[in-house]
Amino acid sequence: MEHYISLFFRSVFVENMALAFFLGMCSFIAISKKVETAIGLGVAVVVVQAITVPANNLLYRYLLKDGALAWAGLPDVDMSFLGLLSYIGVIAAIVQILEMTLDKYVPSLYNALGVFLPLITVNCVILAGSLFMVERDYTFVESGVYGVGSGISWALAITALAGIRDKLKYSDVPGGLQGLGITFITIGLMALGFMSFSGVQI
Amino acid sequence: MAKPTARDVLLNPVFQNNPIGLQILGICSALAVTSNLRTALVMSLGLTLVTAFSNLSISAIRNQIPSSIRMIVQMVIIASLVIVVDQMLKAFAYSVSKQLSVFVGLIITNCIVMGRAEAFAMANPPKLSFLDGIGNGLGYSAMLVTLGVIRELCGSGKLLGITILPTVNEGGWYVPNGLLLLPPSAFFLIGLIIWGLRTWKSNQKEVPVFKITSHVRAEAY
Repeated sequence: MEHYISLFFRSVFVENMALAFFLGMCSFIAISKKVETAIGLGVAVVVVQAITVPANNLLYRYLLKDGALAWAGLPDVDMSFLGLLSYIGVIAAIVQILEMTLDKYVPSLYNALGVFLPLITVNCVILAGSLFMVERDYTFVESGVYGVGSGISWALAITALAGIRDKLKYSDVPGGLQGLGITFITIGLMALGFMSFSGVQI
Repeated sequence: MAKPTARDVLLNPVFQNNPIGLQILGICSALAVTSNLRTALVMSLGLTLVTAFSNLSISAIRNQIPSSIRMIVQMVIIASLVIVVDQMLKAFAYSVSKQLSVFVGLIITNCIVMGRAEAFAMANPPKLSFLDGIGNGLGYSAMLVTLGVIRELCGSGKLLGITILPTVNEGGWYVPNGLLLLPPSAFFLIGLIIWGLRTWKSNQKEVPVFKITSHVRAEAY
């Protein structure tokens, strides 16, 4: 149990997807103009991440890994080169299914998250979650914890950035830095702050 | 719209319409792989090739793709190209591929590839799309190489692993700036580069949401 808790906190703070690994930057910058939309996208990322990482974990363990096809009588087959293609396929399919399910059964949630779901397929955080999971060889439970944790880490970061940018609107920024430039520098400062977590041993 | 010429398509993305500086595309990898020049070069090469060839193939079949599933089709083409790049790197440059770790895979979700496929290749003939892919790849590479040079040269006094500025630790005179090896410095550098670019090409400036009147400004300081 302790192991999972420490994995969770490590993935939220120390290995923050947005501010330590700089993933999902495109939507991180494009969608962080308002706090409400930022929270919406953040929640959508948590949900999708929590489903896709364990799903890809199963796929990797039982289909793609070297020798994973032993149950089908093919112990020498290594399909891991197909990894990238299958992960992105799984992600696209799950996002599509999630969109349809939400639309049918939870329309209120669909209205809140709907616009963000298609964006998420091409968000690097999601794919990176699966790739890190494979690289670090997580078990199924670990990958679930990691999926939730890394999703939350990204949601946390985008909400914080949206809050800062909300305040920044009223500041007197030099012409050329206006908008994108100052946002980059703000994220840089936030990342410096988050680096202080990197010494924490859990 | 005037018909884009080959020269415009190839050179515009480098300064006029830089994918990182103006279109806000493909930033993730720009930050993570630029702490030394070698990885930055390999990454730019990979991305340029993938963008060019995905644009070429998507544009070649653009009239056959049903628009309802075009995302999936584009995704499959891009993913296959990235797998080729990934396997090539693993075979011929294993140490670099280890350093890049997941970032080669992340070319798939790099918005430049997808964005150019959607915005340019779906509407233009193959030859022009190929050049557009190379052009955008060059724009991206220009940014990455600049960052890589600054970060590696000032951060550890080396370029491509060859000592340029002998550091104090090795008996030289240069005190390396450790901040530049840390990831946040890439943000500051990109912010400053954008500042420079927009001061030079002032039509790229964004308008502030709230105008601060000169009177208030005088009082505030």
